[in-house]
Amino acid sequence: MDARGESEPTPMKNPTTTERKSDRELVATRTFNAPARIVFEAWTRPELLKRWWAPKSFGLTMISCEADVRVGGTYRLVFRHDAFPEPMAFFGRYIEVTPHSRLVWTNEEGDGGGQVTTVTFEEKGGKTLLVMHDLYPSKEALDAAIASGSTSGTGETFEQLDELLVTLGESVGRS
Amino acid sequence: MVQYSSAPLDASFAALSDATRRGVLEQLGRADASITDLAEKFHMTLTGMKKHVGVLEHAGLVTTEKVGRVRTCKLGLRRLEEETAWIERHRQLWASRFDELDKVVEELKRKEKVDGRKRRK
Repeated sequence: MDARGESEPTPMKNPTTTERKSDRELVATRTFNAPARIVFEAWTRPELLKRWWAPKSFGLTMISCEADVRVGGTYRLVFRHDAFPEPMAFFGRYIEVTPHSRLVWTNEEGDGGGQVTTVTFEEKGGKTLLVMHDLYPSKEALDAAIASGSTSGTGETFEQLDELLVTLGESVGRS
Repeated sequence: MVQYSSAPLDASFAALSDATRRGVLEQLGRADASITDLAEKFHMTLTGMKKHVGVLEHAGLVTTEKVGRVRTCKLGLRRLEEETAWIERHRQLWASRFDELDKVVEELKRKEKVDGRKRRK
């Protein structure tokens, strides 16, 4: 362990919350015991981003991490989960970069139904409230993400059901 | 063709084999509705719609609740449980990420402090 200067208290883990805010929105929040400029830096320097984006405790291993964090710049994160042989790639483009307060990027790895992610950093009394907001293009896109993101047997089941519903739903006649 | 053997799935696929029932699920995905609403929407008798809803209910795709004289239908618990479980997994992933991010943030804070001290010398 690193020697800690002065008499800083051991940092407690702050809770993370997630919520489906609406048909098309997912929101996650977390407070960090640091000023916004520091938290922002950890999101925008690829060599720092790669250290936390694929947590070992979640069975993830980072393979490569590129992020050109400026408006129009692209990112590509490739990592692997212990349970799956194939690595997963997440990629897209930054569409807004406001130092220390706001990041917006697209998610283009899905089949056209990509969400737009907005992260805001709000500093208050030396702490930073981080809010991550995913906006999906439609209710169906978020439902599909939920269905395909499931790793359990039931998840696959519902993925199949959802696919059926989507394909068949389009052909339902409303006479 | 893929073979599905489990009984709940059979019920699901049987339920989904009918265009009206697929339409009802699609409709309930947008908003809860009473059997009367659904019957009107699909130009059907109340009895006919009750039968369809019964099949969907049996498959766990729809739940119904009677309040007063109105029976309200909504998407089934299986769908909702699936969503809740997914959101919880999503939370766990981000909680793990943020715990790692804490370590990076603490390191940056210490560095800033040290650099600040050096600069003052």
